Amino acid sequence: MNINLTLLAQAVSFAILIWFTVKFVWPPLLNAVETRQKQIADGLAAGERGRHELELASKRASQDLHTAKEKASAIIAQAEKRAAEIIEEAKNNAKVEGERILTGAKAEIDQEVNRAKEGLRQQVSQLAIAGAEKILRREIDAKAHSDMLAAIANEL
Amino acid sequence: MASEQMTPSSYIEHHLGFNAKPVGDGSFWVLHMDTLVMSAILGVVIFGFLWWVVRGATAGVPGKRQAFVELLMEFIDNQVKSIFHGNRHAFIAPAALTVFVWVLFMNAMDFLPVDIMGKFYHNVLGLDHWRSVPTSDVNATFALALSVWVLMIFFSIKVKGLGGWIHELFCSPFGSNPLVWPANFLFNLIEYVSKPLSHSLRLFGNMYAGEIIFLLLGMWAATGIAGTIFGALLSAGWAIFHILIVVLQAFIFMMLTVVYIAMAHESH
Repeated sequence: MNINLTLLAQAVSFAILIWFTVKFVWPPLLNAVETRQKQIADGLAAGERGRHELELASKRASQDLHTAKEKASAIIAQAEKRAAEIIEEAKNNAKVEGERILTGAKAEIDQEVNRAKEGLRQQVSQLAIAGAEKILRREIDAKAHSDMLAAIANEL
Repeated sequence: MASEQMTPSSYIEHHLGFNAKPVGDGSFWVLHMDTLVMSAILGVVIFGFLWWVVRGATAGVPGKRQAFVELLMEFIDNQVKSIFHGNRHAFIAPAALTVFVWVLFMNAMDFLPVDIMGKFYHNVLGLDHWRSVPTSDVNATFALALSVWVLMIFFSIKVKGLGGWIHELFCSPFGSNPLVWPANFLFNLIEYVSKPLSHSLRLFGNMYAGEIIFLLLGMWAATGIAGTIFGALLSAGWAIFHILIVVLQAFIFMMLTVVYIAMAHESH
């Protein structure tokens, strides 16, 4: 148990081992660990960012959905209004047209009535003349009284 | 060994004898081959293993081996981080890793059964005096502690400058009044002497005592059947308890190394 040269030799091997560890063992290991730590931190940050973005996107999506719903309901309301308008318009048109047709028909009927009246008048006058002729055959010379007859026919 | 008649003292002496190889005249010029070779083999195997794992280290998903080494590294790094504030990756943390792992494995040689290993060294390798535990050689622990001591002084001078270091030797802890210079210097001198002594002797004492208790239990086992049974039981108990001591002493040695070097970085 005495101090001897072993001490120095042991110190030398200790120095070599320290040098070896400082040079070859620690740096690569530290490098690997720190790189991994950075990767994990980055991954966590990216995850956090993704979560945040997802939140924003879902908020935006619900907003979009809301506006779309509003727009849709506005469009529907407008369409309904328009439909009502069209129906109203059609009703009015139909009414006007009906009235027009009715008026036309009335005028035509009037015309027909007038024509029929005219026809009847002529026929009545002819019948009257014919009757008068028959009555007056002998007394009235057609030739002599034709002017008078024509005048009567015209008056009828 | 068994062929010769052995007395208890010769048994212990035999087991605690170093494989000493004189390389010159005088008692200093001796090398303990067992201490040197065992620690060198352990160093090469362990740090070779670490190097092998680290060379293939990936920043991606680590394998089990790499995860284990990283666990060890993180453990050391956390200890150093709590004590040393500065760029610990440049020197102090890898040095702490070296100290912890090397001392741990040198201590762990204590788990090898003394007599079986003695037989193995004697019969297979032809070595008569060969101690398995390098840290139960005071030269080994003192070498580590003195290296740390040198590093401590080196960093002290590097950080504060030579003048700053000398100033600190004389002006702390009691103040810069010239009247207290001798007291300060004496105080610092005692501190500088006691640090490596306590650092190395703590480890050496624990390991040496552990080995001696194994030897005493081994001697008891040689006395008869009852001694064999109780010796074996107690040896097992002591070995289990020793798991704690081996790791604890390595940890303490590492922590003190870090503390001493960290203290050298701080100005008073």
